[in-house]
Amino acid sequence: MSETIVPRKNYVLVWAALMVLTFVTWGVALIDLGPFSIVVALLIAFFKAGLVVLIFMHMLYMRRRTQLVLIAGLFWLVILFLTLGDYITRHPLLFCQPLPIP
Amino acid sequence: MSEAPYALQEHFRDLEQQKDAATLGMWIFLVTEVMFFGGVMLSYSTARYLHPAAFAAASHYSDPLIGAINTAVLICSSLTMALAVHASQLGERKPLVGYLAATIVLGCVFLAVKAYEWSHKFHEHVVPGYDFSFPGPEARSAALYFTHYFAMTGLHALHMVIGVAVLGVLLVRAWKGRYTPAYHTPVELSGLYWHFVDIVWIFLYPLLYLIDIHR
Repeated sequence: MSETIVPRKNYVLVWAALMVLTFVTWGVALIDLGPFSIVVALLIAFFKAGLVVLIFMHMLYMRRRTQLVLIAGLFWLVILFLTLGDYITRHPLLFCQPLPIP
Repeated sequence: MSEAPYALQEHFRDLEQQKDAATLGMWIFLVTEVMFFGGVMLSYSTARYLHPAAFAAASHYSDPLIGAINTAVLICSSLTMALAVHASQLGERKPLVGYLAATIVLGCVFLAVKAYEWSHKFHEHVVPGYDFSFPGPEARSAALYFTHYFAMTGLHALHMVIGVAVLGVLLVRAWKGRYTPAYHTPVELSGLYWHFVDIVWIFLYPLLYLIDIHR
């Protein structure tokens, strides 16, 4: 069998890192970083997601073909989020008005 | 190798090839799920960009500490799930049953906390379409936040409920000793699903609870 068995210790280490990062992201959010709070929060989220995908979900040990499925999926996700560029490049006053009360 | 005879379907050469195909199929499914949740998160991001003040005020209705605790619960459930897969790879029946049960319990704890948060929102009259009142001129924009809040946490909770049900089936089969080091694909694939649901929450938590604390 080509199956990789990850040592139990590695799972526990990844879990510890995820727990620390969860409380770091909560603690950092209590500090006012202005526009950077969203950057820090998302960086930590991507790092945590990466740990889960690579170790818990065994992506590190998958065949190249399976890894390609994930990479292709993330590529299309980036294209999906390019939609935001459409909004960000418009004149803000056209859109940023509160919706009228009916 | 003692292969369970019922496990191998006739159109596969051997169990390894069958497992390889199943894993590939699971990842393709998970990628469609990424696009599904990605679409909702994109909708949230767009609405937040267009109504920043209302979204900031509305997000203050969610307690970041409760969110952090629930994130921790889910991460612990991911660890027990990973250990369940590990136990199934080694053919350890009792640890497998134990870890699956622990994962189910932690998943239910997460859902219970979620139910507490939702009931809180019902008491605060911020459920769009049912009972909604929000102070200030931006009530309609704030309703957009809560619509996204319930859509995203609701879809996530639905995935959790499905995950708990799947793990329940696995638990019974693991108890009967159906999974061996040669055949434990269902445990692995359910593990992938469970970790994916964890990842969705890893992104929902900062988006819904954290990024607007100071605005």
